[in-house]
Parts: sequence; C-alpha cells; structure tokens
Amino acid sequence: MTTRKVRVLVAKPGLDGHDRGAKVVARALRDAGFEVIYTGIRQTPDMIAEAALQEDVDVVGLSILSGAHMALVPAVQKALKKVGLEDVVLLVGGIIPDEDVEALHKMGVQGVFGPGTSTQEIVDFIHQQLGLEPA
Amino acid sequence: MSSPDLETVDGLLAAVENGNRRALARIISHIENGTELARPLLAGLYARGGRAHIIGVTGAPGTGKSTLVNAMTQIYRQRGITVGVIAVDPTSPFSGGALLGDRVRMRDLAGDPGVFIRSMATRGSLGGLAQATADVALVLDAAGFQRIIIETVGVGQSEVEIASTAHTTVVVEAPGLGDEVQAIKAGILEIADVFAVNKADREGADRTVMALKMMLSLGVPEKFQVMHHGRMLPVTMPASDKDPEAWTPPIFKTIATQSKGVTELVDGIEAHRLYLEQSGARLLRERLRAATELRMLLRDALLNRVLDNAATESIDALVEAVANRELDPYTAVNRLIAETGCIDS
Repeated sequence: MTTRKVRVLVAKPGLDGHDRGAKVVARALRDAGFEVIYTGIRQTPDMIAEAALQEDVDVVGLSILSGAHMALVPAVQKALKKVGLEDVVLLVGGIIPDEDVEALHKMGVQGVFGPGTSTQEIVDFIHQQLGLEPA
Repeated sequence: MSSPDLETVDGLLAAVENGNRRALARIISHIENGTELARPLLAGLYARGGRAHIIGVTGAPGTGKSTLVNAMTQIYRQRGITVGVIAVDPTSPFSGGALLGDRVRMRDLAGDPGVFIRSMATRGSLGGLAQATADVALVLDAAGFQRIIIETVGVGQSEVEIASTAHTTVVVEAPGLGDEVQAIKAGILEIADVFAVNKADREGADRTVMALKMMLSLGVPEKFQVMHHGRMLPVTMPASDKDPEAWTPPIFKTIATQSKGVTELVDGIEAHRLYLEQSGARLLRERLRAATELRMLLRDALLNRVLDNAATESIDALVEAVANRELDPYTAVNRLIAETGCIDS
C-alpha cells in the first residue's frame, strides 16, 4: 500500500533564538497531516541542507526574525544546490519587510509569510505547490 | 561524471553503493511510503546487509534518549566507526501528521559524512512499524554504516517488536520517573541488554540503579538489608541458578548532556556485541529474526491476497452479519477464505 506523506523541514538559520513562531508553524503543519522535521535554532545553511537531504523532504521552511534574510536565504539556497536539492519548495517566514518580499520571490523562494499569516494559508500553499488535494 | 539516475531501482542501488547520500535518503522514502520500488530495492540490498551491529535505544519520554544517542554517536565517531541513526517519533492519531524533533538534540553530529540521521514517524500499525524500521536499518546497513542506532519513544508493544530488530537493546531510565513497578509493567527488563540510568546528576539516581539491580537480582550480596514493615531485616538470597555463561545486563550511570559515563556505556554495548558473536547468540538471534520476519510477511501477503480476491460486497455483508450477531467472526473468516479460494480451509 502506498502512503505518501509530505515531509517538511522547519529550520531556523542565523543567530536569533526566537523559535516560538517556528514551533507554532511546525505544530500546525503536523495537525495538517504533514511529517515535520524540526531542527531547532542556530542552524548553519550547510546543516539545513544536509538535514533536508537526509530526511528527503518536499519542503524547507525557514524562520528568520533577525532581519538577515537577504543574506541567509541565498546562503541556504546555495547549500541546497550543493547537495542537489535546488528543486525543493522553499518557504520563508518571519519579519520580512514588504520591499524584500518581491526580491525573495525573484531569488526563487516560492512562499514568503509574514506576521499575521494564518497557519491554514501556509498549509494550503504547500498543498498547492505540491499539486496535492487539500486534506 | 553524469549525475546518477535516482528514479530507477538499478540507478538508486548503483548510486547508494557509490556512497550517494541522496540515493540513500530516496530509498528510505520509497520504503516508508511502500512504493512499487520498495520491494525490488530491498531485494537488491538484502545480500549486502548483515554487517552492521544494530543498537536499539528505548525508554520513557524525557529520559534523554536523543541526547544520549548524540553522545554515543560522537564516541563511535572518535573511534572511526560510522553510525546511522533512525529516530522514531509518534504519528498523531488525530491528524496523521508528526512532529519529529530528535534532530534538535543531535546537532553535534551535523556535517559528518560518517553519520546519517533519519527521522521516522510511526505512521500505521505497530507491527508495520517494526518491519519498516527493520527495512530502513537494512538500507543503512547495506550502505555501509557500521553501527545503526534505532531510537524509539516510550515503551510498550512497539518497543518490544523493535527490540527484535536490534542486536543490543539499551533501555534508558532516569531518576524520578516512577518506581521499579513501572519498569516491570512496561516489560522493559526482558528486552534490555544494557541499562543506562541517564541524568545521573539528579537526586535519586542511585536509588534507580539499586532498583534495577534488585529487579535483575544481580550485584546483590548473599545477605542484604531490606525494609520490611518499617524495620531493617537481613534477607538471604537464594543462590543464583543462572547460567554462568549468560549475559547479565550491565547498568551505566550517564549524564548525556556532559557526555559523562557515555564512553563506559559504549564499551558496554561493544562488550555485548562481542558476547553475541563469541557465544553464537548472534546467529541464533538472526535465525529467530528471520523466522519472525518471514511469518509476518507471509501473514501480510496472505491477508492482502484474500482481501484483493474477495468481493467488497461480500466482505461488507459479512461485517454486517457479524455486527448484527447473525454470524460469529470465526465462521465469517472461514467463509471468506473458502469464497476467495486462496487457501484450502
């Protein structure tokens, strides 16, 4: 019997230690029926890429509250590419100024979610990105 | 060099033999998802397995299993031994999703090509989990990892089944999580080859060690003092009738967060590995495991065959009849078997 499960890596790159948001999202994704691999805070881009590879995830979600997203996101993308995971769906959440959202999209980030996003929006977005029927 | 083909059985098998970690991760997903490639992949890997020593680490939530696995793996790596880790966490029975957080405690292992960590959700049934875990362990084994550590949450039926996959089962206890009766209830004494009393810097660690020793009735002098009705009484233990060659589970005090006592724990696991090899017990275990595995797979295969061959309406009708007490379930099963003609009943 085939039982495909969507696997999502939730990671916090960089040095800020505020993981409440990441945990709320991780829990919401679990409640939506996803398998969420939570890696904790202060992950380097290489650690994130290696975890994404070992866990064979469909989606990588980054939570960044430090304001360093314009530096961290390309670094994570580079690390993902290095291990051959450039096709994984990349989401970024956190305090992202409006003017940076467009820039992140241009870099190839599929979804950017700021404060006030409902967790259902993120769930729906992942379903849509992976071409799955909503649960 | 052309990039390896990770879509076919042959491509995946060739890539994993060349140490391609992405192929390894993909194969594990195929097995977890039970795709069409799963069986041919397992068949292709089976002959290459059987070299790794498989270590099960189990114990109640909060005993510090993940941190201990992190520390144990570091010690193995210092000795130049490669380690694959399978960290099992429960699937939510409500949503079918899972939050797999063991990597948080294993961050020291990041960036080491001699380590591969895979988080696994329990997903379906208990027996199925044991099979899936064994299959994933086989993949890591065939990929050349020398030790495979399977970390399971909680204690109970699934742990006992997973213990049958492991060569050495480490049961992790921590002070203050309940008395020895809890340990008996959970049935962990029977599966333990090695005990770790973790968080040994906490109050009550010595009592936990003592309680385990009493349970195992080892390390007990011939005369020892017990409290009985509030008074200290000397009690004489009967001479041990145990086989002197038999393995007695050692107990190690550890503080995983400081890596204290973990070297001794790893030495204890390795001593058990040698014991299994020298006593011939490893071969016996392998044979037992193969027998259990064959029986389980046979049961699944026959069940699927009957269910595939039976008309849905007739199953529904039988279910209805059993629910209405018009038919007993044993007769219903016999009819189903007879109807599908899979097996002579």
